[in-house]
Amino acid sequence: MSLVHYLILAGILFVISIAGIFINRRNVLILLMSIELMLLAVNINFIAFSSYLNDVQGQVFVFFILTVAAAEAAIGLAILVVIFRKRKSLEIDKLSELKG
Amino acid sequence: MNSILGWSELTPILPELIILATACIVLVLGLFTSSEKGGLLVLTSIVGVVFAAITTAKFHMGDHELTRQVLFNGNFVRDYMGDILKIAVYAVMLFVFIYSKQYLRDKNIFKGEFFALMLFGMLGIMIMISGYNYITLYLGLELLALSSYALVAYDRDNMQSNESAMKYFILGAIASGMLLYGMSMIYGAVGTLQIDHVALQVSNTNNTMLLSFGLVFIMVGVAFKLGAAPFHMWVPDVYQGAPTATTLFISSAPKIAAFAFAIRLLAQSLEGLFDNWQHIISVIAMLSIIIGNLFALQQDNIKRLFAYSTISHIGFMLLGFVGGIDGYAASMFYIITYALMSVAGFGMIIILSCKGFEAEKISDFKGLNQRNAWFAFMMLLIVASMAGFPPLIGFFSKLVVLKAIVDQGYYVMAGIAVVFAVIGSFYYLKIIKVMYFDESESDQEITAGFDVKSILSFNALLQLGLLLFIPSILSYCIKAIETL
Amino acid sequence: MSMNILLIIALSPLVGAIIAGFFGRKIGKIGSHLVTIASVAVSCILSIQVLMGLVNGEFTVFNQNVYSWMVTGDVSLNVGFLVDSLTALMMSVVTFVSLMVHIYTIGYMHDDPGYQRFFSYISLFTFAMLMLVMSNNFLQLFFGWEAVGLVSYLLIGFWFKKETAIFANMKAFLVNRVGDFGFLIGIAAVMMAFGTLDYSEVFAQLPQFADKTISIFPGVEWSLMTFIAIALFIGAMGKSAQAPLHVWLPDSMEGPTPISALIHAATMVTAGIFMVSRMSPIFEMSDTALSFVMLIGAFTAFFMGLIGIVQNDIKRVVAYSTLSQLGYMTVALGVSAYSAAIFHLMTHAFFKALLFLGAGSVIIAMHHKQDMSEMGGLKKYMFITFITMWIGTLALTGFPGFSGFFSKDIIIEATHLSDRWGSSVAYIAVLFGVFITALYSFRLLYLTFHGKEKMDNHTKEHLKESPWVVTLPLVLLAIPSIAIGWMTIEPILFGGFLSDAIHVLPQNDVVKEIGQEHFHGAGSFVLHGLTQLPFFLALAGFALASYIYLKKISIADNAKKTFRPIYDLLQNKYGFDDFNQKYIAGGLVSLGNLLWKWSDSKLIDGLIVNGSAKLVNKISKVFRGFQSGYIYHYALVMAVAVILFIGVHVI
Repeated sequence: MSLVHYLILAGILFVISIAGIFINRRNVLILLMSIELMLLAVNINFIAFSSYLNDVQGQVFVFFILTVAAAEAAIGLAILVVIFRKRKSLEIDKLSELKG
Repeated sequence: MNSILGWSELTPILPELIILATACIVLVLGLFTSSEKGGLLVLTSIVGVVFAAITTAKFHMGDHELTRQVLFNGNFVRDYMGDILKIAVYAVMLFVFIYSKQYLRDKNIFKGEFFALMLFGMLGIMIMISGYNYITLYLGLELLALSSYALVAYDRDNMQSNESAMKYFILGAIASGMLLYGMSMIYGAVGTLQIDHVALQVSNTNNTMLLSFGLVFIMVGVAFKLGAAPFHMWVPDVYQGAPTATTLFISSAPKIAAFAFAIRLLAQSLEGLFDNWQHIISVIAMLSIIIGNLFALQQDNIKRLFAYSTISHIGFMLLGFVGGIDGYAASMFYIITYALMSVAGFGMIIILSCKGFEAEKISDFKGLNQRNAWFAFMMLLIVASMAGFPPLIGFFSKLVVLKAIVDQGYYVMAGIAVVFAVIGSFYYLKIIKVMYFDESESDQEITAGFDVKSILSFNALLQLGLLLFIPSILSYCIKAIETL
Repeated sequence: MSMNILLIIALSPLVGAIIAGFFGRKIGKIGSHLVTIASVAVSCILSIQVLMGLVNGEFTVFNQNVYSWMVTGDVSLNVGFLVDSLTALMMSVVTFVSLMVHIYTIGYMHDDPGYQRFFSYISLFTFAMLMLVMSNNFLQLFFGWEAVGLVSYLLIGFWFKKETAIFANMKAFLVNRVGDFGFLIGIAAVMMAFGTLDYSEVFAQLPQFADKTISIFPGVEWSLMTFIAIALFIGAMGKSAQAPLHVWLPDSMEGPTPISALIHAATMVTAGIFMVSRMSPIFEMSDTALSFVMLIGAFTAFFMGLIGIVQNDIKRVVAYSTLSQLGYMTVALGVSAYSAAIFHLMTHAFFKALLFLGAGSVIIAMHHKQDMSEMGGLKKYMFITFITMWIGTLALTGFPGFSGFFSKDIIIEATHLSDRWGSSVAYIAVLFGVFITALYSFRLLYLTFHGKEKMDNHTKEHLKESPWVVTLPLVLLAIPSIAIGWMTIEPILFGGFLSDAIHVLPQNDVVKEIGQEHFHGAGSFVLHGLTQLPFFLALAGFALASYIYLKKISIADNAKKTFRPIYDLLQNKYGFDDFNQKYIAGGLVSLGNLLWKWSDSKLIDGLIVNGSAKLVNKISKVFRGFQSGYIYHYALVMAVAVILFIGVHVI
């Protein structure tokens, strides 16, 4: 497999994740999953380049991204819990009080 | 790779270390203080910021002629621009701490975490300003973003607060995902992540396709952080939904960080692609000015109105980016003055709110002149400065930017910007009209403490007082950009 | 002359304004007016001294920077004074009229709760106006320009509880922004082209720029000088109320009358005229710009006068006559007769201030009623006002010998002699303007002071002459309205008094031509004037006005049947009691009405001012839908934007 294959894979994952965010109109949880997927796509990109370029920085970056992603997920879930407690639902459509 | 980490290498990042330590101390202190004694937390935060300011400024006092230092194997830079911006951040944060104390007390949500989170966010800002490697910049960005998400959701029993936090979080995560995607492509094209190395390699590589893709994605990240159209959708919802103390924060200091972020990424590392990104920047800037001003006309919630006005201000600031060196300096001047303006505007909302009441409708400002002529005048100064009426500082910051782009021959853009600034002055005038010519609906007294009142007055009077310092601030900005 | 004198002149009204503004409550009403009057009197006396010094040759032109505000790159922004004959003349006129208005205000405003505030504002205005005329650079000019605009704005809305006043002051504000925009562009262009904002430095560099062009839009080359001149003139159009930016001035009559006299007749509105004269070296380099200036002025002079005929509000008649007279000045500028424009500016300042203050005196007597159809026969109640108003009117209509005659005749003559493109049209406009001026001016006099007493009984019982603080300024202003023309026509126009300030190319110098060929002293000029067309036109206007407004009323019933259309015309003239507030009222019964309705109400107000605001509002309402509140919409917008950027940028 060449570099291009990895890049295409990452690209597809990235597009899926974005599509997941605006096509999914039901559950907030799925949004969080899409975001994780997006970060994974990025990670694949970095690793592929890193090994292609024979340079270690890309892999270092991936470690940081993974760590940050975990923290991000924690905050995301915390907000999710707060919302659920208050509204007893996770429907995205209900999150539209603020507009205009 | 030859130096081993020593204490001496830590002195340049002393301000960051101080803020970090303060954040930790406040976090711990917060566990032991009740909300009535919360003054200690504010005091600690302020002392920390003042210390950081002193250590930052010390580098420029006396014989110390600044030498640009790149530290930690090229992960971090201490330069003139960074220090100027950090000092602006300190100033803004001092205002933020004092105003938010008032707000949190009134709302009964005073807790130590709030200040700790703000300090962590501030640390993120400082790292964004001084990051010299894509990794460092990203980490600073996320530190700020994660703190902000939590701050927006801080008033957890408030539905609007939750909703806006979720929106902010999702959209912010998408933006940083895109930013990272862009960074990975740049990395793939040039094989390095350090700003100056990237800048060197960009002109040597022939992977233009990869570079262009990466550039677009990186710009999405930058534009999102700034809140520029068409990546602005989160701004009004978050500004409105978040507790005002949080809005106060995210509307001011992070904008300065986002400016530095844009300078580091676009002007420094991708300087070789200037011709490519300046088109996108000009589109983004124009869109922001147009959308910000048009949408603001329809608002009756003042926080939301300020949000749209922020978008248009950011558009104006971004205009400077097409103007080369002078333009960057103009943008820097603009963003610093804007942050001081914005903090005053939200401070005003806080001071008019009181227990159980939030002054967030424009109608809440009705007849302010009868209730309190002094603060009506202060608000007049702030709003007029935002609208860019001479002779307030907001006028000069617009002027400086316009001059920079007109010098480069962008007459049409300057013209459109001015036209929309004029359209924008309508909604600012609306506020002034309401304050001075409408009958007051309530006889609400201003209950804020003397300290908050006097600091806010000072902040508002700065809109006028800064006039005297325009030359020096401007020369700092120019020097900052020249020594990048 | 020393810098200290100039500083005292400029700053003394500021000090007065500050004291009256901030300590007004402490020092009381009397303290406030004393301190402001004293401060303006000091300025006035010193200004006249400076003017005299320049005339005698004791003083030389003063041009020096007082304070350097900032230096950016090679440009320095300074506060400085340039005091030459032009400036000294303006300073004297401004401070004198201001002093008169200060005194008058004691009587006019004595019951007003905002007494101290009012004095503070007018002193502040005097300061701002002095800064404007004394400036030696564009930046300070702009500062003064904005500052007078600001004070004018505050004063129009002085009675801020009055709906119409708020509307008028908003309108003045918005319309003036349009003008300022042009002005600012002009200044920016000067800055870019010359790299300096100092008058003398700019003027010194002018010859090198004569043939320079710029392209605003690709492919269209403009002469740089034409561009700068027109941009600056757009600023002048806003401030000096030239069509189509004149709409704010009649509305500004909502402010107290002393303000109408000081700001909206005698001084601020002439700032545009002053500015163009000051910039005469720039304007002289572009025939195109001067033609533009002349035609705008001619349009304003003729058509605004027409509107004056159908107004019933006493102040509005005077306001439209101000517009028309400003048009005359602008025409004079356009034919390079700058000195004539300044001369007319000066005479106009006196007699127009007189007319406004006289109208104010009438308004006081009428208990703040301004509708002329409720007046009449006032001459036996208020003799001083009556006499001085007659003097003012004679001066305005250009009756030979009065000050207005000299200045207006010179302008008409200069327009006649000029060979600028379009000057024949302008000539006809200013010529027939004389007829119209006489018609509406005498109409005002007849309706107010002559004929039947149409006021209600209550008002009638209280009719009496105004107090001395009101009549004294009238008398003091009547004197120059009669005499200033005789005294100064020779030095100002033909004696080269303004030659150090105004620059005219030899081939354009129509005033000099008049001086050499037609002018043999003021006395013979008057006699000559008696044989000229303008005089007969004025007489015709006088006669027509006398016939209609002294006679026609008594035979109105007959006329109603026989001359139905004319009767309707008249009916409509008298029919608008609150003309000044209702824009949409009135039919297409007279040309003035028609123009007023179509150009002012429909086109300017309806389409441009309100229409654009509505359009913007509509657009923003539509776009508001995009901010739907749904996260997925937001994400979609982001994704689409990214795809578009990639599409446009990468591929």
